[in-house]
Amino acid sequence: MSVLVYTENWDGKFKKLSFELVSYAFEIAKKINTSVVCVSIGNVENEELNKLATYGASKVLNVVDDKLKNLDVNAYKEVIAQAVVKEAANVVFAHNNYGKAIAPRVSVKLKAGLATAVLALPESVEPFKITKKAFTSNALANVIIKTPVKILTLLQNSYGVFENAVNGTVENFSPDLCNVCVKTNVKEVNKVTGKILLTDAEIVVSGGRGMKGPENWAGIEELASLLGAATACSRPVSDEGWRPHGEHTGQTGKIIAPNLYFALGISGAIQHLGGVSGSKCIVAINKDPDAPIFEAADYGIVGDVMKVLPEIIEAVKEIKAR
Amino acid sequence: MKILICISNVPDTTTKIKFTNNNTSFDKAGVQWIINPWDELALTRALDLKDAQQGIENVTVMNVGLIDADPTIRKALAIGADKAIRINAEPQDAYQVAFQLAEAIKKDAYDIILCGIESSDYNGASVGSMLAEMLNMPSVSAISFMNINAGKIELKREIDGGQESIEIDTPFVGIVQKGIAKDARIPNMRGIMMAKTKPLQVLEPLAVETLTTYESFGLPKPKAACKKISPDNVKELVHLLHNEAKLI
Repeated sequence: MSVLVYTENWDGKFKKLSFELVSYAFEIAKKINTSVVCVSIGNVENEELNKLATYGASKVLNVVDDKLKNLDVNAYKEVIAQAVVKEAANVVFAHNNYGKAIAPRVSVKLKAGLATAVLALPESVEPFKITKKAFTSNALANVIIKTPVKILTLLQNSYGVFENAVNGTVENFSPDLCNVCVKTNVKEVNKVTGKILLTDAEIVVSGGRGMKGPENWAGIEELASLLGAATACSRPVSDEGWRPHGEHTGQTGKIIAPNLYFALGISGAIQHLGGVSGSKCIVAINKDPDAPIFEAADYGIVGDVMKVLPEIIEAVKEIKAR
Repeated sequence: MKILICISNVPDTTTKIKFTNNNTSFDKAGVQWIINPWDELALTRALDLKDAQQGIENVTVMNVGLIDADPTIRKALAIGADKAIRINAEPQDAYQVAFQLAEAIKKDAYDIILCGIESSDYNGASVGSMLAEMLNMPSVSAISFMNINAGKIELKREIDGGQESIEIDTPFVGIVQKGIAKDARIPNMRGIMMAKTKPLQVLEPLAVETLTTYESFGLPKPKAACKKISPDNVKELVHLLHNEAKLI
């Protein structure tokens, strides 16, 4: 049984998380003596498809079909389910809006057990036992998948990207979608391109109510641009309309796990930490020494963010100029 | 039009999480229970649309749980749901919960079925999509806006770097996230009194297997203490990030 990965692209380029998924699937495949097969949906250049072999994909199934132009969850489920049957595979998705939408439908269609938000390699493969996030990162759960086919969704940046070069092939795959009727009628797409995706960013600069108002975001934008980072915010900030909802990180907003997270003027309520505690390193700037963010932070400065932020920017400029 | 909201009964989000029975079950002692936050937002939006007279006659809530879920279900009625159904089973995994919901949903015709994107306890993020597959209905995930305009359903869903505007015919399963409603409703005294007389129907579950087993639980490793840097020496922070953490 091989390990199948749904590798997502954004505007024709694979997301970083797709390479992470392949690296992860490669290790699982090693444990069960098999290989990794990827499914790519949409227009992706051959050169880009070939990159997946660098991370351990022996085969890429390239699917291009007009019915798959936009995400119709039922249609995407058909593609993945047919690929699973063709390759007799287990499946790995990302634990994001795509994986969360598609994986459960595939699970029911194939009656294959699903473990979501997993954050490490399986502890054992017989029985198949794996650790997942629970209670919004305040706990971990060990889950056993009892069915022959296993489906996983991997939390982003919980494993990492590793090179495992193999000989890879790319083949066109045309699933039978004759009986699939696309019901999701997308009228309008409103998205920014050319910006770093918040969920894909290695560094995130995030502001809270301590930033005092939207007019003070220039500093956050400047630091983000110096570091090649994405910008984010806490819930009150997006609720006040200072920043768009898409930037809200926290339990009810986006769950992110960058390598470095700057929490500027964020007190760190448990709901906020639920969305960022997967970060490898947290830097907190807050004038309240008792703010809970310091419990979660690796580095902290107790001080006025309005004074500290410009100094951080200057120091980063100095380092970058070296 | 009839809307159904599937609600989960979860520990209050500020609960200190503990486990019992040799770390095999969640310690319920002293825990406050609430409607799962995303389910509550879905309910709020459904009630807003009903109040705005957008052609919604009935808002029903459905839960898979034992009798201890009743106070949470009554709260949903107090907020304004017209009717509640509880399937009398202990939730074990997403497949079993979705199956019980699907079988109960088949007994009635709902136009819109809403679920929160995940529950704050087991973070499965699976039940809504599983339910759609079992009911053979279309599903739209990550919905942050829903409106009914002259009988047409208008949705917005969150995608990477933005949003898509979508139209969809009923019936469908909508899986909602933050943005669908701003603040959850708070029940008032009149609502609480009325909730006592609203119907809460209890159905017995059907036999079904689970596909997964929750074997044990643990707590994340405690984090190392925060390294504090003086506000008079901000440069030091940047140097640590550069030389020690090697992240910038």
